[in-house]
Amino acid sequence: MNFYAIKAIYVFEMSRTLRTLIQSIASPVISTVLYFIVFGSAIGSRMEDISDVSYGSFIVPGLILLTVCLQSISNASFSIYFPKFIGSINELLSAPVSYLELVIGFISAAVTKSMTIGLIILITASFLVDIEIKHPIWMVCILFLSCVSFSLMGFIVGIWARSFEQITIIPDLIITPLVFLGGSFYSISLLPDFWQKVTLFNPVVYLISGFRWAFFGNADVYIGYSILAILVFTFTCMLIIWRIFKTGYRIKS
Amino acid sequence: MNQNIIQISHLSKTYKDGTVALEDINLNITDGEIIALLGPNGAGKTTLISAICGITNISSGKVTVGGHDVVENYKKTRALIGLVPQEIALQPFEKVIDVVRYSRNLFGCANDDAHIEKILRRLLLWDKKDKRIVELSGGMKRRVIIAKALSHEPKILFLDEPTAGVDVDLRFDMWALIKKLREDGTTIILTTHYIEEAEEIADRISIIDKGKIQLTEQKAELMQRLGKKVINIKLDQEIDIKLFSDEHNLSQGSDKSSIIIHYSDAKKDDSLDRLLIKIKKEKYKILNIETDEKSLEEIFLDIVGK
Repeated sequence: MNFYAIKAIYVFEMSRTLRTLIQSIASPVISTVLYFIVFGSAIGSRMEDISDVSYGSFIVPGLILLTVCLQSISNASFSIYFPKFIGSINELLSAPVSYLELVIGFISAAVTKSMTIGLIILITASFLVDIEIKHPIWMVCILFLSCVSFSLMGFIVGIWARSFEQITIIPDLIITPLVFLGGSFYSISLLPDFWQKVTLFNPVVYLISGFRWAFFGNADVYIGYSILAILVFTFTCMLIIWRIFKTGYRIKS
Repeated sequence: MNQNIIQISHLSKTYKDGTVALEDINLNITDGEIIALLGPNGAGKTTLISAICGITNISSGKVTVGGHDVVENYKKTRALIGLVPQEIALQPFEKVIDVVRYSRNLFGCANDDAHIEKILRRLLLWDKKDKRIVELSGGMKRRVIIAKALSHEPKILFLDEPTAGVDVDLRFDMWALIKKLREDGTTIILTTHYIEEAEEIADRISIIDKGKIQLTEQKAELMQRLGKKVINIKLDQEIDIKLFSDEHNLSQGSDKSSIIIHYSDAKKDDSLDRLLIKIKKEKYKILNIETDEKSLEEIFLDIVGK
């Protein structure tokens, strides 16, 4: 295992984050705080509790996941797309680094950034609304797995993308609607029966439901299904990345 | 006798669109030599380097570096290689010293600031070590990509058009560096458009055209075999060229008092000796003799048919 390379990629990526601290961390945190102020405090105070949880607290897991998922995709996709764009990916391809080591280096950096943002949002939210975490270890595990799976997905997007515009297509046109419609701001039990069934085809529902269960102990879907869905998603992304490197898809002629 | 550090056997590369970039390439590169790959644009030089370094997939054939297969034992082969790419591809906002350290780590080596300092000093980059890449001139950036390639102390260095677009001073610096690296035992594979560059520094020349190796030969032998000389003998009076009509490859100069001879080292005969005797016999006095040697560039153009 080329640990020097893994560390080099990790440190290189993290130094980029530190150099662009406002864009990387402050910006998503500020936008999420605005959500809390608008939906949690201003509108939320007029909303009924959901499953004995105040609306302001109820949206915390969804808002954390919304930001974390989008940031994971954005960080990981940019980290691999930029070397492709400027041509420095050839150095990575000609180095004695396995694909696994490359992925570990890039993904661990993307996960660190997303986890940091997620935890900062959680701490910030705790100043604005009452938060009680019933299953803290599960909360960290689900958050971590969400960061890993969406970072892997971002890595795939970064390899697939042929322009900066394409990097934003997947998060903007697919992930954001899925997260919004996946119960970030509401319980899917509030939907009519038909739409409840349709919503179950949205994989993000399982993620948000599982994360919310870790906070409040109750969920829209059984926690086992949520864990299973996250693992299936993670392994599917891993499989796609393995296939990409095996065939050299869009990185190797 | 030095052994082959790179062995290329029946290497072919065909792209998905059917373009044949390399066709049945066979080439052995000896440990410690400088070999220049010459060829026109699109000849396959960069593809050949990319196939050896792992940047492009090989369609068929086998390449070994240091005795290891570049596909099966890629970690071992790549650790031996440093690559200076044609395109300057650097992270623009990083510091010089950081990108060089990054390359060293990427190739599986621990930090060694003394070595990094030695390289940066050798490439006249030490005083720029804390500059960001975006602040450097084109020539300095090219020095940085060389520093990156040397950061892990490779045994083999690929230089893909290293002096393209650089000024004369930098080109001479590069040539001096390449010669110094060879003295230190580094094997150097160079592709270049500047044929005088190959003529100046290479031990061996390989000419590639249309994805095939047309010729590989020691530079000195190649020059001797294909390098024709033109000899201009200036005499004291107008000559009667018919007196020398039995000598081949001979003509009268435009001033009527010169004899121009096209002569090849490879042609081991005594025609030149006979000509000089005849000049003396006909009572001409030789005022001056000028020689002009055919350059590697002309040899190259003859081979690739341009």
